[in-house]
Amino acid sequence: MIRVVDLHKKFGRQEVLKGINLDVETGKITTIIGGSGGGKTVLLKHLNALLLPDRGSVLVEGVDITKIGESALNNIRQKFGVLFQGAALLDSMTISDNVAFPLREKTKLTETEIQRRVEQRLEQVGLAGAGYKYPAEVSGGMKKRAGLARALVMEPEIVLFDEPTTGLDPLLGKSIHQLIRKIHAAFGFTGVIVSHDIPEVFKISDRVAMLANGVIAEIGKTDEFLTSQNPIVRQFVNAETEGPLAVL
Amino acid sequence: MLSLIAQIGRTTLQQLAGMGRMFLFLLSAFAWVFRPPPRLRLIVEHIRTIGVDSLSVVLLSGVFTGMVLGLQGYYSLRKFNAESFLGSAVALSLLRELGPVLSAFMVTGRTGSAMAAELGSMKVTEQIDALYSMAINPIQYLVSPRIIAGLISMPLLTAIFDVVGIYGAYLIGVGLLGVSSGSYFAGMQSSVVFHDVWSGMLKSVSFGLIITWVCCYKGFHALPMATGVGQATTESVVLCFVLILVWDYFMTSVML
Repeated sequence: MIRVVDLHKKFGRQEVLKGINLDVETGKITTIIGGSGGGKTVLLKHLNALLLPDRGSVLVEGVDITKIGESALNNIRQKFGVLFQGAALLDSMTISDNVAFPLREKTKLTETEIQRRVEQRLEQVGLAGAGYKYPAEVSGGMKKRAGLARALVMEPEIVLFDEPTTGLDPLLGKSIHQLIRKIHAAFGFTGVIVSHDIPEVFKISDRVAMLANGVIAEIGKTDEFLTSQNPIVRQFVNAETEGPLAVL
Repeated sequence: MLSLIAQIGRTTLQQLAGMGRMFLFLLSAFAWVFRPPPRLRLIVEHIRTIGVDSLSVVLLSGVFTGMVLGLQGYYSLRKFNAESFLGSAVALSLLRELGPVLSAFMVTGRTGSAMAAELGSMKVTEQIDALYSMAINPIQYLVSPRIIAGLISMPLLTAIFDVVGIYGAYLIGVGLLGVSSGSYFAGMQSSVVFHDVWSGMLKSVSFGLIITWVCCYKGFHALPMATGVGQATTESVVLCFVLILVWDYFMTSVML
């Protein structure tokens, strides 16, 4: 369980998060939606302390990760896998080496075992045979899938997805969503997705939270969320330019 | 008037805070060298990048610097009928000053700028965040090995610069202008003492530290925007050049 309590974050004079309260249920996929530049990625980066809040706390299995030392934080971070918006693969390594990287750094597995696991993960994300390529040599969709393989290779308990389908065509986006759903069914991790790929992302979400004006405006099970009468939710989900959310 | 003073105060505080952050960054990089796991493979890899990749440009600049010294030195010394001192003049200027400073400039241009651009690009594309998220400290993985590699590579490159510079001057002075080979090397032997060699080497070690420290810091703190990487690269090169010259003056004044 991840619990976010009264989270505040400012960049310069701009207050991006103004008191976020959020519970992420174990084993479920929670999606955070909201407008571009609304602070979704900032919120996501607080969940494994890539950013630290000005005020408030983030509890992972009861431990406030905003107040612990580096060593304890690293132990918590090993529970996480992260798929970054641009995949964030290390340019200097092949896709295989990128996927193998956390295993080489954080485990004492033999090279044979590492290779076996890497091949297995690459096959799961549809990249069997492409491991020898460098990130610069593959498409955006392949990068995302390689990033997903790297995020999953340590079999994490929690996986964070930052805009997993941004920049992809609708078919590729759909295939990434299906992949996340399939892998979630196989591994049963706790997932947090930040996205504005509506309505596609609802198909893979157990719960949806709406971030607007720096706070969680609405949260609930996906079907409840979709029938919510909250005017902010209605405006965003129906893509209406008139309403409580300022568009421009 | 008051607003001007306030502005000067703000700018000074910002600069001091920036310098403080740079020193903490360096301390952190050194602290991470001694924490497991050891990064020997990365250190060797960066010695190759800094050392081997800069070798051609160091060789080329070294030989031409020596040739210019041979030419200028010969015509200056001839006015006093002192051509036989060409060897010692060339060796002393190369070992003490030109070798460490010019090879540091070459390494800054060739490798330091690439280092800042690479780390800047990693910052902008969230690769550094990815390392944090995998519980790998990016300072230990990316910065500490580069700094150690800089400390090892720089004196070696300077030594190579000195040697090819001396032979470059030999080529012009002895080969072209007719100074006797014996007096060229004998003058060098009698005037160069061990202090000249180690003071130059000590300078080059400190320049290696300055280059890797500044370039890694600037790259690591590149702004996440289109111009961020370019700006970090430019700033790192300019700051390295200035710091090398300023630090050279202080070291020279202490070690003379």
